Amino acid sequence: MRARLAAIVLSLLLAAFAALTTAGAVSASTPIHPGSAPAVVSPAVTQSALFNASALPAATSADSGESITGTVKGPVGEGGDNAAIAGVVITVKKDGAEVGTATTDAQGQWTIAVREAGTYEVSIDTSTLPKTVKLQKANGGTIPGIIVQPGATRFAIFPLEAAGAAGAAAADAGQSTQLQYYLAILVAGLRFGLIIAMTAIGLSLVFGTTGLINFAHGEFVAIGAVLAYVFGTAPFKLPFIVAILIAIAGVALLSGLVEWGLWRPLRRRGTGLIQMFIISIGLSLLLRHTILLFFGSSRQQMAQSTIQTPLNFGPLSIAPRDLIIIILSIVILVGVALMLQRTRMGKAMRAVADNKDLAEASGIDVQKVILHVWILGGGLAAVGGVFYGLTAAVYWDMGFNLLLLMFAGIILGGLGSAYGAILGSLVVGIVAQGSTIWFPAELQYAWALLVLIVVLLVRPQGILGRLQRAG
Amino acid sequence: MDWAGIFSSALSDMLGPFAAIYALATLGLNVHFGYTGLLNFGQVAFMMVGAFGIGVGVVTFGLSIWWGLAIAIVASVALALLLGIPTLRLRGDYLAIATIAAGETLRLFFNSSYFEPLTNGPFGLGPSAGEFEKMNPFDAGKKYGIGPFQYQGRDLWTLSVTWGLVLLSCLLIFLLMRSPWGRVMRSIREDELAARSLGKNVYSFKIQSLVLGGVLGGLAGVMWTMDVSTQYPASFDPKVTFYLWVIMILGGAGRIFGPVLGSIIFWFVFSWLGSFLTNLAPAINTGAARIAVVGLALMLLMVFRPAGILGNKEEMRLEVR
Repeated sequence: MRARLAAIVLSLLLAAFAALTTAGAVSASTPIHPGSAPAVVSPAVTQSALFNASALPAATSADSGESITGTVKGPVGEGGDNAAIAGVVITVKKDGAEVGTATTDAQGQWTIAVREAGTYEVSIDTSTLPKTVKLQKANGGTIPGIIVQPGATRFAIFPLEAAGAAGAAAADAGQSTQLQYYLAILVAGLRFGLIIAMTAIGLSLVFGTTGLINFAHGEFVAIGAVLAYVFGTAPFKLPFIVAILIAIAGVALLSGLVEWGLWRPLRRRGTGLIQMFIISIGLSLLLRHTILLFFGSSRQQMAQSTIQTPLNFGPLSIAPRDLIIIILSIVILVGVALMLQRTRMGKAMRAVADNKDLAEASGIDVQKVILHVWILGGGLAAVGGVFYGLTAAVYWDMGFNLLLLMFAGIILGGLGSAYGAILGSLVVGIVAQGSTIWFPAELQYAWALLVLIVVLLVRPQGILGRLQRAG
Repeated sequence: MDWAGIFSSALSDMLGPFAAIYALATLGLNVHFGYTGLLNFGQVAFMMVGAFGIGVGVVTFGLSIWWGLAIAIVASVALALLLGIPTLRLRGDYLAIATIAAGETLRLFFNSSYFEPLTNGPFGLGPSAGEFEKMNPFDAGKKYGIGPFQYQGRDLWTLSVTWGLVLLSCLLIFLLMRSPWGRVMRSIREDELAARSLGKNVYSFKIQSLVLGGVLGGLAGVMWTMDVSTQYPASFDPKVTFYLWVIMILGGAGRIFGPVLGSIIFWFVFSWLGSFLTNLAPAINTGAARIAVVGLALMLLMVFRPAGILGNKEEMRLEVR
């Protein structure tokens, strides 16, 4: 046990040190915002203000003197593409007098030298923005009171959101009628739900077979997306399908390795479930921030997630990429269901999830079955990660953001059941997307989590779960 | 590498305002988990309502900080009741997920445009510490200190008040936990069914525990706001709760001084690691590297020493119930 654990810890440390030496180039090239400087701060910027502030270099440039700078990018998150927007006109004024004007370049960046320290007012010409986006605050076209210190550069950020409450889903589809609008949302919800379902199966089966709530499952999703992105872009530039296969194999291997090297020895030692739950939180922190070290904190777009001309089926219009993702997800999920129903290993998985002791007594090699569950769950998590990366973006804590939605899905469906995980995740995906019809898109995850809490209160065993003590 | 400088700043952080704030919040968590066995993974939510309770009182409504403090405490109690009444009937691991989800939901709402009139959303609420700074008996701009422990007068004031609160809370918890009330708490942690069969209203005791620990968390949030003056909802992500867990387990869950010792050691190591890594490899994101190390430390602690430094391995059993 100790030898295995030592081996795992050692290899993780080695990976971390490899990160120390290689990640320099990656993180040095990513744009870094000072934690506390911006007058208008987007959430992503303040996220780590407290703990990373000391590590971030001050945003001063010695040669250019005082200036105000920023980047105009499309909205982030589900449906948003976070792409740089060129050709937007920004104006800086002081006491009502114009100091300078700039137009964003191909990277969406603009800089206006202001020549002296003081208080400035920055405004954006909304008529130069593309029709698909608008400012998050309706009256937010002007940021007053930006104080520039002597010799300093200040950031001014205009948070954007997709035009229309439905987000880019509707804009993408070129919405014109109510029906089209609702259908577009339904499709986006279905796509999101299928992605959550794919990632949640592993989490649910692991809980069913071992009783462990694996908090590090989200990181498998993120690693899958990151691997596919890294191998799909320079310097590797592999064909996308090969990159995806590498990602699936890599995550499945990692997942199996974690079971073999960590969880199995711990179970053998009789470690309590709560103890293992807390260990998985530690593992999640470790993996997530190792990704951050390697990958940097910026969101990356997969080359394949460009805006596409939608296909039209009557009132329903759908981007070819979304159609492929939905069809592939359904095929994969049906395949998993068939495997669970028909094959020997699938039946054994369900038997172990149902009653571990009985399965063991009837001659099933429980440890082997559990190892297969981890490998399967890891592979599916990687696929889900790639699909999520295609529809939104690839970023370091994408897995953690999805994790709570997976929990919502599997608790809603019934903990430990693979079919429950699929059903519950679909509901969560559609609720999250559907909420954008009435509520701001920034809250869509909050509604999904509220679903989780309500289900725990009303029917803790979930839709398909067996009645057992949950409280 | 400037070893003396690194050690001196780590030693200062070890007793600094943040070590005190985290110790206070962890004392609350220790009441929940260490004494009552509740798997609360939403402690950061209590800190957030405390921090924004006083912030909203002072900035949005223009009240004095004493009213702000009252709002913060009432909000913490309200959150404990709101969170506890429905979820405390759940089994341990379900409770963990429910509390973490509740914390995240609250943070998303505080950050949203709905709450912007109250919390100013992502743009930050402040400044709210003006009155607190006026009470400062030290000279805010001057440096005070003995040996390596050097603090600005402003920080010295915050940390004195917060450590004072920590010691008072330790005394309160000590007195409570040796009373019959405290024995019921520990019996719930050890065997809930046994406590129930002795005629104790387990549910009511659990809620009392959640309220007590939640108020301590809320006070930690208040002191956080007094320290930074301008507060952002985004600062209250689940990572903070995980840090509190590391601190509690490191010091020893279910021990009076466990959180205090844990926080002191945690902040020494955390600060030292930050400056050490920055010196070692300036190009990398040291913030990320040291959080990865915290994760590894949490794993190793739980595997090899789940009872922590002060804890008693026999007493601290971690099982789902």
